[in-house]
Amino acid sequence: MKAKHQRLTLALLALAAVVAAGLLALSALKDQAAFFYSPSDALRDGPPPGKAVRLGGMVAANSVARAADGVTVHFVVTDGKGTTSVTFAGIVPDLFREKSGVVAEGHFNADRSFTATNLLAKHDEKYMPPEVAGAMHETKTLVR
Amino acid sequence: MPALHALANPTRFLKIARPLTGALTWVGIALIALGCWAGLTQTPPDYLQGDSVRILYVHVPAAWLGMGGWSGIAIASIAFLVWRHPLAEVAARAIALPGALFAAICLVSGSIWGRPTWGTWWQWDGRLTSMLLLFFVYCGYIALARADADRGGDGRIPAIFGIAGSVLLPIIRYSVVWWNTLHQGPSIGLTSSTIDRAILWPLPIMLAGFTLFFIGVVLMRMRAMLATAKAEARMARMARS
Repeated sequence: MKAKHQRLTLALLALAAVVAAGLLALSALKDQAAFFYSPSDALRDGPPPGKAVRLGGMVAANSVARAADGVTVHFVVTDGKGTTSVTFAGIVPDLFREKSGVVAEGHFNADRSFTATNLLAKHDEKYMPPEVAGAMHETKTLVR
Repeated sequence: MPALHALANPTRFLKIARPLTGALTWVGIALIALGCWAGLTQTPPDYLQGDSVRILYVHVPAAWLGMGGWSGIAIASIAFLVWRHPLAEVAARAIALPGALFAAICLVSGSIWGRPTWGTWWQWDGRLTSMLLLFFVYCGYIALARADADRGGDGRIPAIFGIAGSVLLPIIRYSVVWWNTLHQGPSIGLTSSTIDRAILWPLPIMLAGFTLFFIGVVLMRMRAMLATAKAEARMARMARS
């Protein structure tokens, strides 16, 4: 009976240690494991210009402008604390729109603007039928 | 615990598992069929994703079972190490294959959803990568458990692997909360959801259906493993006499 209790304690301790290790790895890797830089990250300790990185955030309202050549798009990415202006030439994803999430792959320029070579739309966790969308999407809450 | 100890007796376990296997499997399949019908015909499309939102009715239950399956392996492994019940080892090994399958379904369905939504089949973000790792860990467990059994091991090494693999579960769960990821944050909490009710309601049906089907398959595999062990023991006895 005693050996059994000893094994139980050991096994539970091992499980707790393993889960704690996972959580520690999560918090320790916070910066390295990030999929993208946010504009405020980039302002604080941004990557050097020219390095291939990703920039993610929300497309700022009324910031999307198409250049005269028809393929180049300028827009501003914001995370509420900082903004970065982005230039991209190519086909934007269907879900790319203002006040929606975006992840741009590319590099920073010397003036801290960003040149993207590829755009990914970042979907948020809200799902709703078309008739519920609209005004509710802008308040970013689903009141029920 | 007395209930667990009673179940540890293979004869008693088989007596309960035999009728339960068919019942759980068929109720699970019926619920999945109902959920598919509801999810494909009765719910509105999403305002942004359109009809591809319906993938969530498969993706979310598959992810839940991929992670839930490993939780089951970890619990069975602890029970095996502590109480040395052979049935716990059988349970862990029976869970591994369907668990790996559902993790794969989660990855594939997510990829199919990601192409139209994000504009990419695959990205090495925290959630996607940690889920892929879980799939590989399942494959490693299956190979390790088989090798251990082939070499006449006592099952302790796969059990330790089963506990160690749990390291991925909190990483998968919190990757989207604590890291920047392409994958969105959790939509469904314990009490609330950011998925509108009109879209959400078939999901619990699918979750229940997938879970019952999963348990049915696990029971089926456990019974097959016990039967194989019994047949092998009988052949060994016959060979000796």
